[in-house]
Amino acid sequence: MASQEQLSAIKRAKVLMVGAGGIGCELLKTLALSGFQDIHIIDMDTIEVSNLNRQFLFRQSHVGQSKAKVARDAVLRFRPNISITPYHANVKESRFNVDFFKEFDVVLNGLDNLDARRHVNRLCLAAGIPLVESGTTGFLGQVTVHLKGKTECYECQPKPAPKTYPVCTITSTPSKFVHCIVWAKDLLFAKLFGDKNQENDLNVHSSDTANSSEHSEDVFECRKDEDIERYGRRIYDHVFGHNIEVALSNEETWKNRNKPRPIYSKDVLPEEQTKENGNEEKGCAADDVSAMVSLSLKNPQDIWSLVENSRVFLEALRLFFLKREKDIGNLTFDKDDQLAVEFVTAAANIRASSFGIPLHSLFEAKGIAGNIVHAVATTNAIIAGLIVIEAIKVLQKDNNNYRMTYCLEHPSRKLLLMPVEPYEPNRSCYVCSETPLSLEVNTQRCKLRDFVEKIIKAKLGMNFPLIMQGASILYEVGEDLEEDMVVIYAANLEKALSELPSPVTSGSVLTVEDLQQEFSCSINIKHREEFDEEKEPDGMLLSGWVEAPVDKDNNKTIGNDESTSNALPSMETLDGDKDDEIQETSEVVEAFAGKKRKLSEVSEVTAPDPSGPSSINQNKPEKLDIDDEDDELIISDDWESFTKKKKL
Amino acid sequence: MNGEELTEQETALYDRQIRVWGADAQRRLSKSHILVYGMKGTVAEFCKNIVLAGVGSVTLVDDREVTEEALSANFLILPDENLYHGKTLAEVCCDSLKEFNPMVHVSVEKGDISTFGVEFFGKFDAVVISCCSLAKKKLINQKCRKLSKRVAFYTVDCRGSCGEIFVDLKDYKYSKKKLEETVECQLEFPSFEDTISVPWKALPKRVSKLYFAMRVIEQFEDAEGRNPGETSIADLPGVLKLRKELCETNSVNESQIPDALLERLLMDTSEYPPVCAIIGGILGQEVIKAISGKGDPLKNFFFFDAMDGKGLLEDISEPKPVS
Repeated sequence: MASQEQLSAIKRAKVLMVGAGGIGCELLKTLALSGFQDIHIIDMDTIEVSNLNRQFLFRQSHVGQSKAKVARDAVLRFRPNISITPYHANVKESRFNVDFFKEFDVVLNGLDNLDARRHVNRLCLAAGIPLVESGTTGFLGQVTVHLKGKTECYECQPKPAPKTYPVCTITSTPSKFVHCIVWAKDLLFAKLFGDKNQENDLNVHSSDTANSSEHSEDVFECRKDEDIERYGRRIYDHVFGHNIEVALSNEETWKNRNKPRPIYSKDVLPEEQTKENGNEEKGCAADDVSAMVSLSLKNPQDIWSLVENSRVFLEALRLFFLKREKDIGNLTFDKDDQLAVEFVTAAANIRASSFGIPLHSLFEAKGIAGNIVHAVATTNAIIAGLIVIEAIKVLQKDNNNYRMTYCLEHPSRKLLLMPVEPYEPNRSCYVCSETPLSLEVNTQRCKLRDFVEKIIKAKLGMNFPLIMQGASILYEVGEDLEEDMVVIYAANLEKALSELPSPVTSGSVLTVEDLQQEFSCSINIKHREEFDEEKEPDGMLLSGWVEAPVDKDNNKTIGNDESTSNALPSMETLDGDKDDEIQETSEVVEAFAGKKRKLSEVSEVTAPDPSGPSSINQNKPEKLDIDDEDDELIISDDWESFTKKKKL
Repeated sequence: MNGEELTEQETALYDRQIRVWGADAQRRLSKSHILVYGMKGTVAEFCKNIVLAGVGSVTLVDDREVTEEALSANFLILPDENLYHGKTLAEVCCDSLKEFNPMVHVSVEKGDISTFGVEFFGKFDAVVISCCSLAKKKLINQKCRKLSKRVAFYTVDCRGSCGEIFVDLKDYKYSKKKLEETVECQLEFPSFEDTISVPWKALPKRVSKLYFAMRVIEQFEDAEGRNPGETSIADLPGVLKLRKELCETNSVNESQIPDALLERLLMDTSEYPPVCAIIGGILGQEVIKAISGKGDPLKNFFFFDAMDGKGLLEDISEPKPVS
């Protein structure tokens, strides 16, 4: 097929791949076979067992090694004469700046999270380098081409926010299993094993101390001389018994709901029975400790009874204190931590049982708690093939033939692979057009810190922001700042906007820049006195910036996403893998073929990607039959593009 | 299915895909046996996909030697003569495939596949053949259909930017999710021979031009006694003549089969790696579906052309007599 010009364009090309996971492995192989000679590949992850079912360049013996490096070595075996440069690193590191991106002819993304995708999008825009973006979930996938000024950029369309749940649903009135999981993971697990200083909505006071605030004792503290068995039962009784009784005392809550049933350990497990059978003394490594093993529970697909769940709960808690004491206080839930998954499964099931919600297996609970995205090799292979086809068009500057292609599960108009003409840039996109944003804010009360955290970082996705009003700099983050400036900026953070050295008031225009992304935008400030705590929890309202709506009924929400997803780039060797399994997700086209897609069909994954598709886009086209229920999730970012936007 | 459970090792390895198709489908997969003939790039992709998916066994048949051409789109062959010297294509690919998943048994069967008896095919749940003549396709398809057990039969071929899959599942029962519930479905598939004998006139309008073009090329190669892909632009006059004949017999307009498309198929006979990946991926998915009995199967042709980027299903079968 490849013509001479095509071949020489391929041979000359220097290509950057971001991501060496599910799509990445397939892509690297197909690029090499297609004749590409100079490929650079960035991935911060290391290899895990659950990758091996599709990331075919990796073997069991590679577990723990750098994906980028192992992928390179594997491909060089069948194409020894090409150049592959691996970077075991986070693409957000400052060395991968605009100058770095400018060295390439095309950038190909096989990423797993919104954050990194946005970052690469901005660098590609700044460098003027075409980007081929991709994502898969199960049998669904898509490939898009982004070229500044020609097609829409990755951020021209709203991106759904992570799924969140109202606090009171989680703490008091769960109605679905996922609510119990969130409770077990984000409240109970975090309270027992995580950072003690973190805010937590769990009721920690026992009845006898609740009244005297001075002596209010935290029941989660292990008392002196208390044996771990007693401690476990005390926690059990507190969270599944006492707290439920407290909740029941509020009659109003249960008028239209089924009342939960308090559960106490002595009723479920008579004292003697909790003696473990001592299997755990086999001397396994601390991170292999498992309550399932010591209780001889084998099949993770089995649904445990209340008794079994209670045993797992107590045993897992015991093992944490016995075998992993050093971790306690700084654990965050990790789906690859067997004991943590066991604990969360058991706790969620006991709670579910209390509220009359069907119980689930460890396998299912793990999928929900870890936001695990289901993934298969075939879809990744197909998507990788489509990426290469687009990449070759890009190299040949065949602008008119770019396509975005959807890989569907069910054919639509006979098509399983559906090419669509790309859309033109969104003229009001704050990223690729210079449209200013506007912000309503109480300039007298809002501190600069809130503005930086809630707007600049959380909403605009900047890493190294510089904030200016006219010529004066209000705030800057960087490695080479003068010390006195650092002090001034730190002081500014604590000031209200109107009290800054260069006061920000109604009518002010701020320029916000990310030096690494070479991305800047302006924000028109408008003072507003009051905000609705329920509907505008940030105390600010940003417009011109688009995001799919989330639950807005609550002034505070708890996300069922991986808490680490927004963490700072970790060191290479630190488990840089929090997002690993959410890879290959992106904006996928689940409902495209006009079919409903029930949560249960996608194996109860709640939100495949903390940054990815999880809630429904409000602007969905009418012709698609989508249920608005919150569990009917996963919709393309590019949805409305199907019907509403202008074609090129 | 019987209650045999997946091992801990299987659950860990297949975690992400069990979340797609369920533990039951995974168990069926692990007990299935697949026969594959014709080890080129597309088939290499397909084999990778089903080995990763965790089928029980894969048996490869291809006694040809490793040539420069065989290397071009096939990542299973390491380009080191010392490694492949004296081995057949099937043997070399077998060595590589084994590494992808130690839980799958990969082996080689030597000999001429057209001489293998019906009972040989009965050992398998799915048979995939590639790069073989029209006569061989028909023959193997017939043998599979003679068996009382259902053996899923597939042919797959890629020429340049185009790829084609044919599927014959005989009488096929399966289940699919429809909204809340699981419904049982049934489909009847015609044999390869019956399919391609369906008069063109009887086909619905707007059947892919690729279907007709592939049939012309197939018949041309068959009449000339060529192996698949042994064509060049010099064959164009002969192919155009055949097109005329076929179009007349079938009373369809020659414009159904554009010259440019035939030229492409004659000239670009080598495999194009991105298309191998796409066709090998679709085929992998289909075989997984057929074994697990879950989801609508392809009936009965799939086409992909990188030129327009469409991946298209065509149901080519005798129109049902009106009763």
